[in-house]
Amino acid sequence: MTDTLKIAGREFRSRLFLGSAGYPNQQVMLDAVAASGTEMVTVSIRRMNLAGESESIAELLTGRAQLLPNTAGCQTAKDAVLTAELAREALATDWIKLEVIGDRELLYPDVEQLVQATATLAAKGFIVLPYCNDDPVTCRKLADAGAAAVMPLGAPIGSGLGVCNPHLIELICTRSTVPVVLDAGIGTASEAALAMELGCAAVLLNTAVSKARHPVQMAAAMRDAVSAGRLARLAGRIPRRTHAEPSSPQFGLVGT
Amino acid sequence: MTDATIRVNGQDEPLSAATLAALIAERGITPEGRGIAVAHNGALVRRADWTQTRLAAGDQIEIVLAKQGG
Repeated sequence: MTDTLKIAGREFRSRLFLGSAGYPNQQVMLDAVAASGTEMVTVSIRRMNLAGESESIAELLTGRAQLLPNTAGCQTAKDAVLTAELAREALATDWIKLEVIGDRELLYPDVEQLVQATATLAAKGFIVLPYCNDDPVTCRKLADAGAAAVMPLGAPIGSGLGVCNPHLIELICTRSTVPVVLDAGIGTASEAALAMELGCAAVLLNTAVSKARHPVQMAAAMRDAVSAGRLARLAGRIPRRTHAEPSSPQFGLVGT
Repeated sequence: MTDATIRVNGQDEPLSAATLAALIAERGITPEGRGIAVAHNGALVRRADWTQTRLAAGDQIEIVLAKQGG
């Protein structure tokens, strides 16, 4: 049995989505993408530098992974919808990582605008993956509005604080009618594994790899961590106990 | 009317191109390049419609490109 992730009818063998920002250079980014085994890489939509651009990231990544454009930095549903429409035209994809930011310092989502933009984009035929709070009610509203998956944050974007609220993430995973992708906050491999153990369908991360001392090695670590976490989730962890439970037989001890 | 201007990616400039397609060509941008899209006065204009989109003084144009992102 192959354990694939399905979002909006598309199957993924890798449960790791990787960001393309902040690498030491483009070659390291491409090597990290390869080492991570990811099949989906996020990109942003920004004003073109009219004085001249270096090689387009879309061209660089073509054939290596599906591109998932984001609406990073947008602060209103209106701007996010226009950015999504530009992304669809630019990259010929209906997929959009929807971000509507309500606080510039925390990069926390503006839930009201996010739900509104999700409904608008879903009605326009987009496959909407909203980056959202680790809040079961918000996640339910987003799924009801037509989100193809929900992407609650583990911790603030780029913070590397890991999964700050594991109980809520687990609860969201238990209740969600759509796949849950842990997006943002991951700092190292064990945290990606934890997200998967809690029941997440996938993990989306960027800074943990791009700003690691050795990004390509960290990309490989993340690949293994996500896969290990997923296996552990499927295998089922043992219940927690407050006292010891011996693993060796109690009978036949020497000297009894 | 020599002082007619348009705003391209946040910068005012004299209006010289008659259409969106002409403006794009003026900039030396390859229209079929992957990752490029254009908005005219806050609305997306599909590639196929660039030649029919006429520019007027005060228009706001956004020319965007897919870039690195998280």
